[in-house]
Amino acid sequence: MNAIETAPAASMQLISGNHACALGAIAAGCRFFAGYPITPSSEIAERLSRGLPEVDGVFVQMEDEIASIAAVIGASMGGVKAMTATSGPGFSLKQENLGYAAGAEIPCVIVNVMRGGPSTGMPTRPAQGDIMQARWGSHGDYPIIALAPASVREIYTETIRAFDLSETLRTPVVLLYDQVIAQLTETVELGDAGARGRAAAAERKWASGPRESYRPYAVDEDGIPAMSRPGAGYRVHTTGLNHAEDGFPTQNPEAVARNLGRLLAKFERHRDLIDSWQALACEDAEVVIVSIGISARAAIRAVAMCRARGVRAGLFRPVTLWPFPQAALREATAGARAVLVPELNAGQLSLEVQRILGDRPVDAIHRYNGEPITPAEIAERASSLIDTTGAGSAKAPGVRRAR
Amino acid sequence: MSATTMLDSAAEFDVRDYLRAEMMPHFLCPGCGHGIALRALLWAVHELAIDKDRLAVVSGIGCAGRLSAYIDASTFHVTHGRPIAYATGLALARPDLHVIVITGDGDCLAIGGNHLIHACRRNLKLTCLMLNNEVYGMTGGQVSPTTSETRVTSTTPLGNSEPHFNACALAAAAGAGFVGREVTHHVPKLKELIKAGLAHPGFAFVEVMTDCTEIFGRKNEMGSSAEMVLRQKSELRPSAYRDTVDMPFAAKDLPTGILARNDRPEYGEAYRRAAVAIKSAADNPAAGRKSRQ
Repeated sequence: MNAIETAPAASMQLISGNHACALGAIAAGCRFFAGYPITPSSEIAERLSRGLPEVDGVFVQMEDEIASIAAVIGASMGGVKAMTATSGPGFSLKQENLGYAAGAEIPCVIVNVMRGGPSTGMPTRPAQGDIMQARWGSHGDYPIIALAPASVREIYTETIRAFDLSETLRTPVVLLYDQVIAQLTETVELGDAGARGRAAAAERKWASGPRESYRPYAVDEDGIPAMSRPGAGYRVHTTGLNHAEDGFPTQNPEAVARNLGRLLAKFERHRDLIDSWQALACEDAEVVIVSIGISARAAIRAVAMCRARGVRAGLFRPVTLWPFPQAALREATAGARAVLVPELNAGQLSLEVQRILGDRPVDAIHRYNGEPITPAEIAERASSLIDTTGAGSAKAPGVRRAR
Repeated sequence: MSATTMLDSAAEFDVRDYLRAEMMPHFLCPGCGHGIALRALLWAVHELAIDKDRLAVVSGIGCAGRLSAYIDASTFHVTHGRPIAYATGLALARPDLHVIVITGDGDCLAIGGNHLIHACRRNLKLTCLMLNNEVYGMTGGQVSPTTSETRVTSTTPLGNSEPHFNACALAAAAGAGFVGREVTHHVPKLKELIKAGLAHPGFAFVEVMTDCTEIFGRKNEMGSSAEMVLRQKSELRPSAYRDTVDMPFAAKDLPTGILARNDRPEYGEAYRRAAVAIKSAADNPAAGRKSRQ
């Protein structure tokens, strides 16, 4: 059962996840990268230091993590598609400026290759402990998109989708994957997945018309303000202060509520574009496993192992992690008697799943020792949740912790 | 430049051509020197005939950070301490723009100190205008990295006992291509210094000594704003007497004018030149190093 696309095809390449991310960025039209060395994401920077100048792009290694995201936002304010890549400690340092990009609505892509934490943690070991930081890491209320690919090929396609969403919706997009798939080398075929197979890379909505009638944060039905490129004659102001439609700072309660309210609701009417998930064998599943990244890869095998022993298991894998595809999760788990969340942290994805499913029992395997969860462990736990005599319901109510 | 030509230039320069009328009145305190520095900057922009549509101003947080909103250009009011880093991305991505950073002593030397020294080292074409009023004015007058010794601030009620940074010496030591300092008392000289900085092909650091009368001057009984400006004249020696930035941090008198200058290669140009070489190697793999993309 190979439900995540990893199958070899005609023109194949043997590359790592981080390499695929760099190739996806270039295919998506990224022409600026600023970064700071950090394990286990540095290969992305190394690849782009060579790849970007070949396509008239710019690579710069900045003095620190904060400068990296600042330079990326600066380049994007200049109208160029831009990306940075980091891991947990660097992702923490970038949070204030990520909030700036969210608030001022500056497109950019931030790759976070998750490693063990907290603090310096385990730089060369996988973790999935930044799920909540990706959603809530910066202060105040803001919307964010986070994508969670689970294979080398999917890192490539989701990097492209990250840029497309970022540009189309004028928002920072976080690409979140763990150390295992970052440094996993797989045989992939990128030709039909990449730029050559797509009609065109998404373009930002640019301001048009006379300067006098242009208001930087005024919107039409789609809720996305048109951006002006420096040099195009609009001469607008961009600020991290709460601003009105004219872009200038304001503390007028109505003006702040109007613009911030629009920002917070910005994604709702674009959920068709944003939402992405995989529901594998969920139709008749009595136990649904919910997981991302390398844990989801183990879960795919666990589903097969369960079914081989007569336990009807399924997998729900959010590819767009934030905003969480909650309607799809409810649908996928509607007929299930139990839900199991294996994840490499002390309880983050399971918290969101429990929130969405309310009083329904949600079990979890939480691991934070730097080792991935094995298919056998997931299959064992999933099977144990189902009363194979046929009577009764799922055994373990509420989130259970296991190391 | 003679006094007459300075006046002629002043006469044909109307600062309102470069300001956003809708943002007036400004929010600066009475007697604040920042407005003088802003006027000198815009005067320099005018004399160099820099197209407003090609002008991008990036500013940080604090009183100095607020100035970008008043300028009729593409303006970016970014996060505290980071305007140089934002401007680095903007200038590298858009070499067709003229990018100016406006920052304050806290923004530039404390929270943003790392970005300053690396920008000096990198030597990307940017003009960094640091308005030094010796204090965190916006937040209520706390001690800053440039507050003179013994000065009273809201966080040094006993008088400041930390030595202060000599920002120009720091920038020169870090390799800035152009380093200068001027005071708001000498507006035409300040304008000329900023012009030279704007015309410099690499990273230009210009420190402007400005007075915070309401928050800093009042606490230190420095008199009226006019008295504070006159104090600049008596205490700050022109660079004619000292053409070096080598001096102890605690020196009371600070030299003004152009203090350091070198013509190291500009970073953006150097990068683009190297990129051409990579591209020709990629187009013709047999001739050069094999491309991996």
